[in-house]
Amino acid sequence: MGTLFSDLASQFHQSFIEADRWQRYLAGIGVSFTVTLGALCIGVILGILVAVIRTLHDQQRSTDRRVLLGIINKICEFYTTVIRGTPMMVQLLIMGFVIFRSSRNLVGVAILSLGINSGAYTAEIIRSGIMSIDPGQMEAGRSLGMDYITVMKDIIIPQAIKNILPALGNELITLFKDTSLVTVIGLTDLTKAAQQIQAKTYQAFMPYIGIAIMYLTVVMILTKLQGILERRMRQSDRR
Amino acid sequence: MTDAKKTIQPGHTPVQLGEVMIHVDDLRKSFGGNNVLNGITQDIKKGEKVVIIGPSGSGKSTFLRCLNLLEVPTSGKIIFEGIDLTAKDTDINLVRRKMGMVFQHFNLFPNMTVRRNITLAPVRTGYMKQEEADAEAERLLTRVGLLDKADAYPASLSGGQKQRIAIVRALAMNPDMLLFDEPTSALDPEMVGEVLEVMKELAKAGMTMAVVTHEMGFAREVGTRVLFIDEGIVKEENTPQEFFSNPQNPRLKDFLSKVL
Repeated sequence: MGTLFSDLASQFHQSFIEADRWQRYLAGIGVSFTVTLGALCIGVILGILVAVIRTLHDQQRSTDRRVLLGIINKICEFYTTVIRGTPMMVQLLIMGFVIFRSSRNLVGVAILSLGINSGAYTAEIIRSGIMSIDPGQMEAGRSLGMDYITVMKDIIIPQAIKNILPALGNELITLFKDTSLVTVIGLTDLTKAAQQIQAKTYQAFMPYIGIAIMYLTVVMILTKLQGILERRMRQSDRR
Repeated sequence: MTDAKKTIQPGHTPVQLGEVMIHVDDLRKSFGGNNVLNGITQDIKKGEKVVIIGPSGSGKSTFLRCLNLLEVPTSGKIIFEGIDLTAKDTDINLVRRKMGMVFQHFNLFPNMTVRRNITLAPVRTGYMKQEEADAEAERLLTRVGLLDKADAYPASLSGGQKQRIAIVRALAMNPDMLLFDEPTSALDPEMVGEVLEVMKELAKAGMTMAVVTHEMGFAREVGTRVLFIDEGIVKEENTPQEFFSNPQNPRLKDFLSKVL
């Protein structure tokens, strides 16, 4: 028993303390956060764009179909189909080793890849949110003489976001966990840091269990924040 | 205060009292193979209060919604103050600013205070500055007795209050005409009165109105003309007195015997 404990203690020491290895985890998690945040921004912007285009296309009258909108809509459909139909890791490999093979900015490539991936899922979430808003809201806005974009921006999207906050929160959590895949393009995120330390110390237990706990902690904090935010937004309903 | 340049487009001719404000010519609308409107021709003059009644599914709401192009007609012409709404180059947003609409289910924006519900459109369309719009909102809210609700959210209001706010919201754009789509049908009975009261005052002030309703009392008291729409056409139209005391069309007689 004593030996097991001292064995674990020495493993812990080697994996975290020795040669200031904890700093490598810290740097790694910083990269993971950066990638998550950047990808989130790209994902939400892409998501709103695609969702609005696809709703606009679906809601137009059959009497005056616009050709240009049809083409853009097809492109959006193609985008969501391809992104949702291929594995995240394959997308990363293609972005890292085919499209941006000569780029040294691995963080940029990772943000772009994950952002484009997240955008496809976010678009579907936002689209469902927009669909959930009573068509009377759009009619009321348009009947006052405001154009489609203004009504979307000021009336529909804010309400839609509120309805889809839980789903968006889950997307953020998925996104954060998916950042571990960026190791395949050689970016030193939290997972890669653990791998490098394993290679140095020949010990897998402590680094991997360690980062699992770190991922879990972040996800739990995000879940908590999500709950607080949702409660806040619900309050404005009753005022 | 009225920024005329922004609301008028080529062909726009403001009309005088008693002149035709909106001219509808052979209006037809079908959804898929379902013909809802089968050729309606109507003139509504400035200052008129046209009340539209008819059985459910008769097309009366569709007719009203065609007037501001919430429904796009399958064929026919709608000319509002000289502007052909169905023409390709007409900016419908500019026309809608002169033609307010009040809905059965109020359709207030639940994510905004009453004040912002009212001022959003005037400000966003560039018709008023925020301060002007705020002042106008307060003036209109005072008129309907709801100034104390300016900073409330719609969820905390009763149905009658919501509908009065919705009317104020439409008025904030200073429209030449108001369309009412069954404004009291979703209200509890004891709240119908307060909404009709506001509508009567508007009528007295000279607003041009087209009202789809089941309130026969309102039609009789406020209407200058009553239309009976059935099977997508106007089957009978007359002054309220004649319309209710001496109906000609058998369908109308049947309808009135059921609702009166």
